[in-house]
Amino acid sequence: MNTLDSGQHLVRGATPVQAGRFPRLLPERFGGEPASLEEHVTRYGQLPRGGEAGAAGRDAPVVVANGTEGEPASAKDKVLLACAPHLVLDGAVLAADMLGARQAIVVVHDAVREVVDSAAAERRRARLDRVKVKVMTGADRFVGGEASALVNWVAHGIPLPTATPPRVSECGLLSRPTLVQNVETLAHLALIARWGARWFRSLGTTAEPGSMLVTVIGAVRQPGVREIEIGTPVNEVLGLAGGPAAPLGALLIGGYFGTWADPAVAGPLPFSAEGLSAVGGSPGAGLVAALPADVCGLAETARVARYLADESAGQCGPCVFGLGSIAGALADLAAARRYEPGRLRRWMAQTEGRGACHHPDGAVRMVRSALAVFGAEIDRHAQGWCCGRRPPGVLPVPLRRSP
Amino acid sequence: MTTGPRLRVNPIACDGRGLCAEVLPEMITLDDWGFPIICDAEVPPGLLDEAAEAVRLCPRLALRLDHGARAPAAPQPRGADQGQDHRLCPAAVPPDGMRSRYLRR
Repeated sequence: MNTLDSGQHLVRGATPVQAGRFPRLLPERFGGEPASLEEHVTRYGQLPRGGEAGAAGRDAPVVVANGTEGEPASAKDKVLLACAPHLVLDGAVLAADMLGARQAIVVVHDAVREVVDSAAAERRRARLDRVKVKVMTGADRFVGGEASALVNWVAHGIPLPTATPPRVSECGLLSRPTLVQNVETLAHLALIARWGARWFRSLGTTAEPGSMLVTVIGAVRQPGVREIEIGTPVNEVLGLAGGPAAPLGALLIGGYFGTWADPAVAGPLPFSAEGLSAVGGSPGAGLVAALPADVCGLAETARVARYLADESAGQCGPCVFGLGSIAGALADLAAARRYEPGRLRRWMAQTEGRGACHHPDGAVRMVRSALAVFGAEIDRHAQGWCCGRRPPGVLPVPLRRSP
Repeated sequence: MTTGPRLRVNPIACDGRGLCAEVLPEMITLDDWGFPIICDAEVPPGLLDEAAEAVRLCPRLALRLDHGARAPAAPQPRGADQGQDHRLCPAAVPPDGMRSRYLRR
């Protein structure tokens, strides 16, 4: 953890106002290490195919930095943008330079719009970037962060996913190849430009180098956003947030599209894609939600499932009807009214993989893991008892907006 | 490498009218809500006429025959469901209690 404390990383790596004191972040800065950088970009997102700088006879690609963070339980992108907006803008400009794009559009959550706006204004005044940087507020809804939905929002003001093909990396904004990249990844890109790939690889695992931001919520003493070395055991991640504030019943790892896991099983696992795959999970959106043992996990799952069903874009039948039916069945189960496992399983199978985007897939994955982890609770609920001694409400679920 | 055509549905355009499943029950079944579950396999030569008819009849123009050879490099839509996006195929699942939207109309 040494390097994490040396002040070179994401949140502590850049003070809020530094414009004008940045070196020009051009690809030459990478010296002999472009391969690892490209590797880094492709590890997280889609590098526009055929969109390499100067590809003859093609429109210049566009870079869209994704800081919408529609995940209600997550705060890492907002914290990053509030603490180090220039780091994200550096990364966006750098990615645009690498791809030969002339425009970088940074879409952020409303909560951090002001700070990003003023950072962008500072850069304009200092004439820092050749690339035109435009800041926009994202649509405040869950599916708004999906790549095609984000492009649709920027282009037409409609925060709904579009049908694939074509993928946005082939035909996105203005029908150009478009790189949609999460703001944290872009911030890492800017740090690699400063300190080099070897420095970046000094943290994390061989397969998954670097650090990442995680949001820890629920029954921990100091919930909030922490930066961890990839591969840090889950228990240590909880420790960074002050440790459990109560005996834990379950962990939701990755986000609302993530995986429920038994704390005893998941606790020692490294927080990395490789480590979490042991419980069928992944770091996902970097969320760790700690559910105390006296709150019913099925009730929490039912709340989140209802939220995800309501947040469906409403475009694809299997997602609208499937997620709605699944949420209804879970509400019945949570209230110990009725449980028909065969029917619920069939609905999940009929919903998964049948939307234009992966919203239904993520929701079904989360529900599936809940059914696997809360087996004892399900038995009790099937007999008409609820196991919770406190009302649910650990996971934040925004009130439904009028459509 | 030559591959035969595959049926593809645009889930956004599809409104669950169900005509496709009437014309081509061998490859298209309906889910509990009346939306088509399409067999993710090459359309056998003996069913090509029916498949073309299903595509022609779709009132939402949501169904199409994807001739894989036309775009050899195009990968599946991004993500984990690559190669297994319609995993129910070809099992026809009988609705239980729920009528299809098609029948409800």
